[in-house]
Amino acid sequence: MSEFALEMKNITKRFPLVLANDKVDFSVYKGEIHALVGENGAGKSTLMSILYGLYQADSGKIFINGEKVNIANPNVAINLKIGMVHQHFMLVPPLTVTENIILGMEPKKNNILIDMEKAIIRVEELSESMGFKIDPKAKIENISVGIQQRVEIIKVLYRGAEILVMDEPTAVLTPQEVEELFEILKSLKKQGKTIIFITHKLNEVKALSDRVTVMRKGKVVGIKDTKDTNQEEIASMMVGRKVIFEIEKKPINFGKTALKVEKLKALNNKGLTAVKNISFEIKEGEILGFAGVEGNGQTELVEVITGLRPASSGKIFLYDKDITNYSPRNIREDKIAHIPEDRRRRGIISNYTVAENLILGSHYRSPFNKGLALNFTAINNHANNLIKDFDIRPSDKDNLLKSLSGGNQQKVIVARELYGEPKLLIAAQPTRGLDVGSIEFVHQQILNERDKGKAILLISADLEEILSLSDRIAVIYEGEIVDVLDPKKTDENEIGLLMTGSTTNKKLLKTK
Amino acid sequence: MKSIKKFDYYVLLEKITPLIAVICGLLVGAIVIILIGENPVFVYKTLFSYAIGNRDGWGNVLFRATPLIFTGLAVAFAFRCGLFNIGGEGQVYIGSFLAAWVGFTFTNFPAFILIPLCILAAACGGALWAAVPGILKAKMGVHEVIITIMMNWIAASLSFYLALVYKAPATEAMIAAGVKQMIPHTKEIAQAARLPRLYTILNSINIDFPAHNQVNVSFFIAIGVAILAYYILWKTNLGYEIRAVGYNPLAAEYGGISVAKNIVLAMIISGAFAGLVGTNEVMGYKYRWRQEILSGLGFNGIAVALLGKNHPLGVVLAAILFGILNYGGAIVNIYTKGRIPRELIMVLQAVIVIFVVISDEVVKRLIRQRRKVV
Repeated sequence: MSEFALEMKNITKRFPLVLANDKVDFSVYKGEIHALVGENGAGKSTLMSILYGLYQADSGKIFINGEKVNIANPNVAINLKIGMVHQHFMLVPPLTVTENIILGMEPKKNNILIDMEKAIIRVEELSESMGFKIDPKAKIENISVGIQQRVEIIKVLYRGAEILVMDEPTAVLTPQEVEELFEILKSLKKQGKTIIFITHKLNEVKALSDRVTVMRKGKVVGIKDTKDTNQEEIASMMVGRKVIFEIEKKPINFGKTALKVEKLKALNNKGLTAVKNISFEIKEGEILGFAGVEGNGQTELVEVITGLRPASSGKIFLYDKDITNYSPRNIREDKIAHIPEDRRRRGIISNYTVAENLILGSHYRSPFNKGLALNFTAINNHANNLIKDFDIRPSDKDNLLKSLSGGNQQKVIVARELYGEPKLLIAAQPTRGLDVGSIEFVHQQILNERDKGKAILLISADLEEILSLSDRIAVIYEGEIVDVLDPKKTDENEIGLLMTGSTTNKKLLKTK
Repeated sequence: MKSIKKFDYYVLLEKITPLIAVICGLLVGAIVIILIGENPVFVYKTLFSYAIGNRDGWGNVLFRATPLIFTGLAVAFAFRCGLFNIGGEGQVYIGSFLAAWVGFTFTNFPAFILIPLCILAAACGGALWAAVPGILKAKMGVHEVIITIMMNWIAASLSFYLALVYKAPATEAMIAAGVKQMIPHTKEIAQAARLPRLYTILNSINIDFPAHNQVNVSFFIAIGVAILAYYILWKTNLGYEIRAVGYNPLAAEYGGISVAKNIVLAMIISGAFAGLVGTNEVMGYKYRWRQEILSGLGFNGIAVALLGKNHPLGVVLAAILFGILNYGGAIVNIYTKGRIPRELIMVLQAVIVIFVVISDEVVKRLIRQRRKVV
């Protein structure tokens, strides 16, 4: 383990607005798993894009196995046996696993026909070498996200990769799938492959990597052997200050029932039943967390409560008022706030300014609207106040929202939704894709609302978040609540099993 | 702070792409002129000096620009709501016809009632015609492009039929010669329905302006409508909602904005703008409805909106540029005894529009590349 597979020396890359990489030194030993961590915008992806030939560094040198190389484009990188598994998969859904893997490098029969048999054998060999089986003839659109990721891994190995770059590979996986992925990566390491693992999640760094490089604001701020460090140290290096991990929740007495959902049913966009007979209650001062693999009816459930999707049957009560199938506007007027799961598609208008986004939903009411015209004095004051209170950066109300970072966009949404004392807050995936600092901020805001006695419905794919924030946890699977748990008496394992529909396993677990 | 300055520079670049496109368009035009065997410097000098070198030229330019301001605003307004209204053509026919109908039907009304009534009729006709695709889009999700195209054909046939129903009577000369009225145009509108030509106003305040010049009060209506469009879009609650729907209908819906309602409203307003072409062509120029004077205005509005970047001020400037090219082109045609065909102007306009699209895309990519902070 003393030979370098990769050395990047003194890499500098400047974009007009930012110095993305500032004299970065990054080196990886042959056969190690190296974690690359940092907040959003720290320069990790830029560095990896330079390695993969997507960008050219302004200055600096790259050595592969000790030889200086010039990576002008991704083809050069592939020839140098560098492979990249992107966060968003680059697969063709109607094609089969094998067809996707060989795409662009098809084995030929007589130089004309694709030798599919040979390809299938190769795919099976590769998957078995990592200790799993895959159906080479299955279509991508019919297999799960976890399996799709394996296809991506086989694809880069098929192209002969010795150095694998994994860009936030666990973001889309369930806890069980994460474990399986780690096994695969460890077996690749045994085969002598070198793995660079980009992540936000510090427990993964600890569980998987040999060494870790931490970046902040375009610079490398620390290189550690994983066994010699801990999460707190890595986090404080990432953020540049101490981070509070333990969320302090004050004990609180729940008040009246704020939201009551009775036997709710709703269809998804394809016309299939996505929410099946869901009933639950949330009291004032309570956080009810919904855990579940995405696509099990959470999206539809939130949309029905917020009036964005009709309920096909069942009732929704806010206090004693029946608000079933109210319009989104009426529901807002009844003071239900909603942090939507898909920030870019639902939550913001990226071509509107910060000030304009901050009035979305109340734009037609006093004081923002007087008669026919908008009242810009009120709108601007409102914007300046919220920018200050929620520390939205940059602090110019006239910036278009698309120019803000993901974390600041989310702050705009949170600021807007919490304004005006909502009775119920629905927070769906509130910290997805955010960096450590922003996550801390959003969590604090949610807890503040709880302490003020608001009812909160939290939906998250991040089990740690669910476990640390919720007062009760409802596990949702295929549109039904399969169990309601006390966060103090459960763990990620149990929830993870319930999330994947293994109710029987749960019983086994309990009898153990 | 330095970096912010650089950023602004690109925003500026994005804003002036039409100017770059116009220059590129004129350069391509110059090549075409050389290929025809003429001198581009002479041609452009003639074109611009006659079009904007004197008052008569300006009058002619503004007269030609007026209908394009209306149709350009129509396209731009709908576009702000994410709608591609290519039914300007039909909305122009129907709006203008309704204005003419009011004008030749209520002939005993005084001007102060009849003129506003005719203007209202023009707007309502266009609005009505645009409401149909708007409602179909909002309620059934039918694409507005298909419906507006179909509505154009219906409008063309319907208005032509109505023109024959209300056909102008034969003139005395025709009666004397024993022939029937063959021109498919309507009766003349009442004197009280006519908009004054600008020369009457200018001459009354001792400004020399030729009486044959057709520029009329409709130009000021067009400017008023441009200001109104700006006010609605950027200063009112309705405009906030319309633009929100245009940018991101999902977020608009989430914010309690009715997407369907705003689509219908945007189409109605857009159609009303297009219908107001009748104020220039019917109330200010021919004093009757005739299809040939209206044809093509709706489609040219698309080019004007594109060149004007869907902004009211841009639309006005783009319409004036098209007015200059149209009028100047006609003059050049006469001066070169037909060696430079009028069609060259159409080529020029088309090339400019193509360059707008290209330079827009180029600048967008430049900005994206520069901004890329991963």
